[in-house]
Amino acid sequence: MAKLIMNRRGLLKGGVAAGAGLAAPSFFVRPSWAQTENYLNAPTGGTVTLGFNVPQTGPYADEGADELRAYQLAVEHLNGEGDGGMLNTFSSKELQGNGVNGKKVVFVTGDTQTKSDAARASAKRMIEKDGAIMITGGSSSGVAVAVQGLCQEMGVIFMAGLTHSNDTTGKDKKANGFRHFFDAYMSAAALAPVLKEEYGTDRRAYHLTADYTWGWTQEESIAAATEALGWETVAKVRTPLGAADYSQYLTPVINSGADVLVLNHYGRDMVNSLSQAVQFGMKSKQVNGKNFEIIVPLYSELMAQGAGEAVKGILGSANWDWKLDNAGTAAFTKSFGQKYGFPPSQAAQTCYVQALLYADAAQRAGTFNPCGIVEALEGFEFDGLGNGPTLYRAADHQCFKSVLVVRGKENPENQYDLLEIVKVVPAEQVTYSPDNPMFAGGNLGTCNPGA
Amino acid sequence: MNAVLLQILNGLDKGSAYALIALGLTLIFGTLGVVNFAHGALFMLGAFTAVTLNHLLTLEKVVVSQTETTAWGTPLEIRTPYAEQIFGDFGQFLIDYSVPISILIAIPVMVIIGIVMERGLIRHFYHRPHADQILVTFGLAIVLQEIVKAWFGANPIPTPAPESLRGMIDVGAGLGLQPGSVIYPVWRFVNFGFSVVVIAAVFALLRFTTFGMVVRAGMADRETVGLIGIDIDRYFTWMFALAAVVAGCAGVMYAPIVSPDYHVGMEFLVLSFVVVVVGGMGSLTGAVAAGFLLGILQSFASMNEVKNLVPGIDQVIIYLVAVVVLLTRPRGLMGRAGIMET
Repeated sequence: MAKLIMNRRGLLKGGVAAGAGLAAPSFFVRPSWAQTENYLNAPTGGTVTLGFNVPQTGPYADEGADELRAYQLAVEHLNGEGDGGMLNTFSSKELQGNGVNGKKVVFVTGDTQTKSDAARASAKRMIEKDGAIMITGGSSSGVAVAVQGLCQEMGVIFMAGLTHSNDTTGKDKKANGFRHFFDAYMSAAALAPVLKEEYGTDRRAYHLTADYTWGWTQEESIAAATEALGWETVAKVRTPLGAADYSQYLTPVINSGADVLVLNHYGRDMVNSLSQAVQFGMKSKQVNGKNFEIIVPLYSELMAQGAGEAVKGILGSANWDWKLDNAGTAAFTKSFGQKYGFPPSQAAQTCYVQALLYADAAQRAGTFNPCGIVEALEGFEFDGLGNGPTLYRAADHQCFKSVLVVRGKENPENQYDLLEIVKVVPAEQVTYSPDNPMFAGGNLGTCNPGA
Repeated sequence: MNAVLLQILNGLDKGSAYALIALGLTLIFGTLGVVNFAHGALFMLGAFTAVTLNHLLTLEKVVVSQTETTAWGTPLEIRTPYAEQIFGDFGQFLIDYSVPISILIAIPVMVIIGIVMERGLIRHFYHRPHADQILVTFGLAIVLQEIVKAWFGANPIPTPAPESLRGMIDVGAGLGLQPGSVIYPVWRFVNFGFSVVVIAAVFALLRFTTFGMVVRAGMADRETVGLIGIDIDRYFTWMFALAAVVAGCAGVMYAPIVSPDYHVGMEFLVLSFVVVVVGGMGSLTGAVAAGFLLGILQSFASMNEVKNLVPGIDQVIIYLVAVVVLLTRPRGLMGRAGIMET
């Protein structure tokens, strides 16, 4: 009996050793996660569920609605419906329009309300109750940082929507989180040469800044870039988020000696502060023998619509514009415009692209395991998605691509033609090293598959 | 000096909006005894009267082009406003002056909304606790906001003042200071002047008319006024409508200053409640005085010199003042005994 047991043990040991030996080459060429279904919400049926977490109520509901439109279009294209959009121009040809890894893509939605706690709650609900394998979307850096942290803790991928704070891929970066949208540093780096060309090197700038993470990093970035040009920073004034009337912050600008006003505001804050600055005559006055200028470092189409006439001639930056002349942009604008009757916003583009990039990474990795996705996206270089050649940098999970300098158009042809592209600044000019002090602190950590 | 003058102007302008909303709140509280959290929504509805008129005047005739297409491949739509087509230059004038014209439309619209609101919902809550009144009116405010959002979207809608009122007034030059050092937008002066007129009119109505006399009597002793055969409820319904008109007109006049969106009323509402509390619950003079006082204090607290001394003071000054006033004068600056004390 004892002999038999020994023999069986020996057989088992031998079998395991032989198996490991035979499998060894594939262990070395394929990551350990490739065939591992041991991760949170591993899809078991014929579908895979994505979680679209966008503001459906609150001040950014319109931007959220555009993000959702883009995601729905992306899902259609991934499942082989519609005209395929940017799948036709994407440099990676892994996706065939038959779902991802043989599974049909379905989605659930959550409402961030542009509040960190509500956004985390809706993401958690989609992960725990709906089995979402990935969370994407959002219109605020505060929300992005909060949801990214949650996804890291729970073990799903977070593909950020519209978030522009340096912190998202700086001090708050996470291994499970990825950002396609540009950041405050890139806006400043892209704008600086144009500001020098248009307004010279002898300027005095006055900053009004929204008092939260995005505002602070935007102010820091644009002040550093303009000071490097030789501009003097007269004052940096923090304004409460959501202040409707900015008159008490605008009147001190009049006698400050400043000849440039930088509005580090977004959304309705920017709509109100810019409109009111124009009402106070700041677009038409002369200071220090120069024309007074206003700069809005981060533009969006919805903000331009809200501010109306006030945006005319005002410089700013953008991640993407439907009027760009490239095949990806044309394909996406056509696809989106024919489905919805108007061109997509930059929020829609970044969300559509994030959905495609996630799907492509999963297809290339052959799994939905977050660690597989992370490895497939890190260092991934691609083109054909509207922004020219782009790199998903491994060190911080930030996309590096060209940035647009835009200006409020003097004579728009229609309500979607409010911004004109002044310059497409190539990626090299907006790239920074991962240890740049503005992105210091924080740790990417390691991927978390959640199980 | 220039900076101080400018902040006084800011404070008066801001204070006029607070005073108008607080006046309406106090009118409703003083007559009906209801704490109306839907009052901010009335301000918002007023602003959207201006937006709606502007939309109607700029309704466009759409001609689908047979030859040209958009960048996304659909036929190009050529749009011309009907107002311009039908009325020519006068149409242009109507569009340009849509905000002041909206006042004429806002008055009957707000009267109707006020009466429907009071008769349809609020009157059922007269004898319920204040907490119930706050809940139901707050709920109503959310419903109204969501209706406006469903119709107009969440994005602010630019509603400019008439071209001729978009310039600046050089106050400094008028006072013998350096020209250009104290300049202020014309429309903000118009807004301030309008508020002063409305406040004066409401006080005159209450002070010098029979209607006002009955209302004041009703505010002092509702039961006795009822006993002498006056249907005081009817008077109070009209007071609710009047409060709605005051809030609505304030909303219209503020539309060129703060681009209206569905949430605009809520921001003013919270501050206006503090104004009412500081002024003294039920005191009309207190509400107006506190509105201007807090507007000016908020403006001064936002000066860089003050912010450098006490960082963040601009964001809390109003609440600090409220705390101090309530600690030293629990009934507010001009509050009467017996209000909300039973």
